[in-house]
Amino acid sequence: MILVAEDIAAIWLSLKVALTATALALPLGFALAWLIVFRQFRGKVVLEVLVNLPLTLPPVVIGFFLLLLLGKNGWIGKVLDASGIPIIFTWKAAVIASATVGFPLLVRSIRLGMESIDQQLIEASRSLGAAWYDTLATIILPLSLRGIMAGSSLMFARSLGEFGATIIVAGNIPGITQTIPLAIYDYASSPSSVTMALSLCLVSVLISVVVLAVHELLGKKLDRRSAL
Amino acid sequence: MNLRIDAEKKQGHFLLQVNTEVSGERIGIFGQSGSGKSTLAHLISGLLRPDRGEIYLNDECLFSSGKSVNLSPERRRIAIVFQQAMLFPHLSVKANLLYGYRRCHPENRRIRPESLIALLKLQPLMQRGVHHLSGGEKQRVALGRAVLANPRLLLMDEPLSALDDTLRFQIIPYLKSVSEEFGIPYLFISHSILEMQLMADRILVIRNGQIAETATPDQLARNCMAQSPKGYLNILRLSDPVQDNGLYAYPWGLNTLLISDGVPTGASLFELSSREIILFKKHPDAISARNLLECTVTEMFDSEGRVGIVLSVAGEKLVAEIVRSAATELEITVGSILFAAIKASSFRKLA
Repeated sequence: MILVAEDIAAIWLSLKVALTATALALPLGFALAWLIVFRQFRGKVVLEVLVNLPLTLPPVVIGFFLLLLLGKNGWIGKVLDASGIPIIFTWKAAVIASATVGFPLLVRSIRLGMESIDQQLIEASRSLGAAWYDTLATIILPLSLRGIMAGSSLMFARSLGEFGATIIVAGNIPGITQTIPLAIYDYASSPSSVTMALSLCLVSVLISVVVLAVHELLGKKLDRRSAL
Repeated sequence: MNLRIDAEKKQGHFLLQVNTEVSGERIGIFGQSGSGKSTLAHLISGLLRPDRGEIYLNDECLFSSGKSVNLSPERRRIAIVFQQAMLFPHLSVKANLLYGYRRCHPENRRIRPESLIALLKLQPLMQRGVHHLSGGEKQRVALGRAVLANPRLLLMDEPLSALDDTLRFQIIPYLKSVSEEFGIPYLFISHSILEMQLMADRILVIRNGQIAETATPDQLARNCMAQSPKGYLNILRLSDPVQDNGLYAYPWGLNTLLISDGVPTGASLFELSSREIILFKKHPDAISARNLLECTVTEMFDSEGRVGIVLSVAGEKLVAEIVRSAATELEITVGSILFAAIKASSFRKLA
């Protein structure tokens, strides 16, 4: 396995982007899943469609929309630019791209976890004097942990592999916005760099194996705890 | 406890329309599956919002569409015991028991956990996980959890339906004792006439989403006699038997009842179906039934073509059931002296 300094930077950046995207998306994903599962309101279907849209759209399309939104002339980009916060072609753009693309996977998993909670457990909690936010914290959150874990793992893994949206909004600047997939893309374009590409592919596999193993171990730990 | 409801709730094609007022400490809500019992319970507890109307508990407005009042479930202080115990699976028995207690305002904490744990005999379960409890143990913990929330009203939604007969009748004394010991009124929901007879003083009968009648347990048992497979169920509390040729002889008023399904010591609860009592106009010469009781007819009632005969047996009451033609043939009227024959095996031990 051969890794140069730029590859190491790409690996760290990939981990940083995936972790940040997952951490940022988690509270919002949990809140949206809760809204969809437990609340009745007008426009719920629209919200569900919007949440799931990135799952069906090509990542390049998502990247292009993000570019329109976050670019210097975009609605949000204009404001951020005026405040001196550049987004486009920075690692933050890669985080936004990853968070957008992986978000539906996160919400879907948490939602599945929440849907498996017996409604009467929630009713029991409320009738025992717990306000809705108390029930959310003491019943729904702990009983959704499996879904939260599964969603986070999926989103983290998806973020690590994110390419299409990232290359459009963050570019492919070695040491700044170049993540593992972008670096592999660079290497793959040159026939002499097959070994380098393979090395990064191996690192990718290794990270994915670690993520899945941690997910399984935590899941088993949760199962053991709930069986006590 | 006084409960006043005038409310409507539409759910799909089903419409619940209730307008009633009921007072008492042990109220039953009786109805078949799909009649609206649980929907009514949800409206009272605040888990469902009525489309319109008002709900008052002891003169406190829980809901009023006119006054725009809708107390949230946690502020109503109405604890629910469900059909399945619904213990929180991620919490220990102790944490389950104290869930409501910890959320109860200190001023309202009248019941001490230690006294309830002793009453429900929960001490041996305290260190166990909820997954390792039997059905009956789970239901006892669920009951304890609801009572420790110090509710103003305990709402029991078919709490015995998921249990087998043995467990069912083991739990009933606990249900009654917590209510009596701690003075908590309850609403007991069930589709079982027997449970209504054992648990309620006053019963709201709900049919197709409407309160069809308000009845006493005895009235309900009479009204349902013809449709019920066991007819009218006589409930007998008997104690201190003497063993007699393989049977148990229980004192019952001035008589003795010979029962095959007894227990050597202590008190037991038995049910006797009205259809298991055979009536004779005259004293029979010899019969195989081990119990032959002289009795007087005090009342007769009709129930869809069958006749219920209320008998006084040396001051104790029994209800027998015969077809109309038999009543005519035997010329039974109020005041008639009859002989009731009951097999020793006809008594079914409940607890």
